Amino acid sequence: MAQKRIYLDNNATTPCDPRVIDAMLPYFFEKHGNAASRNHPFGWEAEEGVDYAREQIANLLQVDSKEIIFTSGATESDNLALKGVFEMYRQKGNHIITVTTEHKAVLDTCDRLESQGAEITYLKVANDGLIDLAELEAAIKSNTIMVSVMWANNETGVIQPMKEIGDICKKKGILFMSDATQAVGKIPTYPKEMGIHLMAFTAHKMYGPKGVGALYVSRKNPRVKVTAQMDGGGHERGMRSGTLNVPGIVGFGKAAEICQKEMQTEAARLSKLRDRLQKTLQDRLEEVYINGNEEHRMPHVTNISFKHVEGEGLMMTFNQNIGLSSGSACTSASLEPSYVLVALGLGDDLAHSSLRFSLGRFTTDEDIDYTIEAIAEGANHMRDLSPIWEMYKEGVDLSNVEWSSH
Amino acid sequence: MAYSEKLLEHFKHPKNVGTMDKSSKNVGTGLVGAPECGDVMRLQIEVDSDSGMITDAKFKTFGCGSAIASSSLATEWLKGKSLDDAMKIDNMAIVEELALPPVKIHCSVLAEDAIKAAILDYQTKNGIVATATAEAHA
Repeated sequence: MAQKRIYLDNNATTPCDPRVIDAMLPYFFEKHGNAASRNHPFGWEAEEGVDYAREQIANLLQVDSKEIIFTSGATESDNLALKGVFEMYRQKGNHIITVTTEHKAVLDTCDRLESQGAEITYLKVANDGLIDLAELEAAIKSNTIMVSVMWANNETGVIQPMKEIGDICKKKGILFMSDATQAVGKIPTYPKEMGIHLMAFTAHKMYGPKGVGALYVSRKNPRVKVTAQMDGGGHERGMRSGTLNVPGIVGFGKAAEICQKEMQTEAARLSKLRDRLQKTLQDRLEEVYINGNEEHRMPHVTNISFKHVEGEGLMMTFNQNIGLSSGSACTSASLEPSYVLVALGLGDDLAHSSLRFSLGRFTTDEDIDYTIEAIAEGANHMRDLSPIWEMYKEGVDLSNVEWSSH
Repeated sequence: MAYSEKLLEHFKHPKNVGTMDKSSKNVGTGLVGAPECGDVMRLQIEVDSDSGMITDAKFKTFGCGSAIASSSLATEWLKGKSLDDAMKIDNMAIVEELALPPVKIHCSVLAEDAIKAAILDYQTKNGIVATATAEAHA
């Protein structure tokens, strides 16, 4: 019998919806033109495809289609927003505020900017993963040009108070940028309503293809400009040169359209499945902890620590045939667990014991049933093997044990 | 990353899981690693004081699949060995036997440390001068 495989890692990437693939296919051969070829029908067809996709995406965000700049993905969009704003607004100031739990695409870009003269403030998060608005406001100085806060966290699904952050930025007259990669297409993400001026996102987290993303750049109140980080033919209103990935963009557009139509029912369906997964595991196993704020959280995500069970070992009990992410960094060169979970104040041991479940459009009831059984069985197996679980059950205070580090 | 059959077998059906009475004079216990590093191994040996032979070995491990398999294999190898021979078990032999990938070599190092710590504990309890240093790999 072929081994059953279940995918619960939709925060890493989503499968491409077959309807998206159908929309893309004509743009590989029949309509293969370069969208920048203005003097023949091949180019016009491609341009039409791109224009239509730009509209579909703009509709999803309730913005003007001219405010959508296509890129290669959210990492490039984050880079363009941060570096582009820093270069463009440098005379106004050099201070940028962000958060310790941001994605590496933001953190490493900020690191780079720091080496180029930027001053970066990293806001801490509370145990539930949320930032403190008073702390944000206090961090803003006369040389602050931008605040960059992700909409929803990739590891915990925790949603930051976007509207409140937007209001603070507006009051202080500074730009607000958001990496909304995990939120777009899954919950309403209207940058204008939230006071967001730049917003990065990508197709492959919303059932579109990999290799195409976008940056929303506000054109009115205020008109924001970013210095291009890629020089060439002056595509995308001069902000991002490079021949457009027409099939990818067409697929991105279709993906946005489907998300817009199905978002409400899909979010309700997934949050029900997610809650059942979480609740049943909590009922069946002792010492199970949900990481991050449960109220302000994406409907399809839950991050759970199984005390005294190492995450990767747990995954091996079901032959890794459930696609999941572990907060344990046992396979990477460093032995450091997830920096996001550590920022939430989790001890390293609980961070090593965490699994991230991210459900998606193709997750079924049966998938969740199977997963519950596999995790419960696996966690029990691992605890039977775990010396620290045994010590814990005997009432040994593990913090008083002298551990040998290695 | 695919794991070897041997590793998977030791992980799924680990040998010699259990707990010995650590206060017993015949038992040596080695507890190495730390929860915040993601690995803790507890390896125990039971020694026949007349012959100096290891008659039984048990383990419990918190960690990834490679750490569990490494400790399971270590207990198999320890049974029936003299303390001197047990002291010579090298982590690279574990790496080879289980075909551990490079990122998992630290699991075998931990197993070797656990063996040495268990032997040292037994020797200390019984006033035997250590046959070798049980210094952990840095």
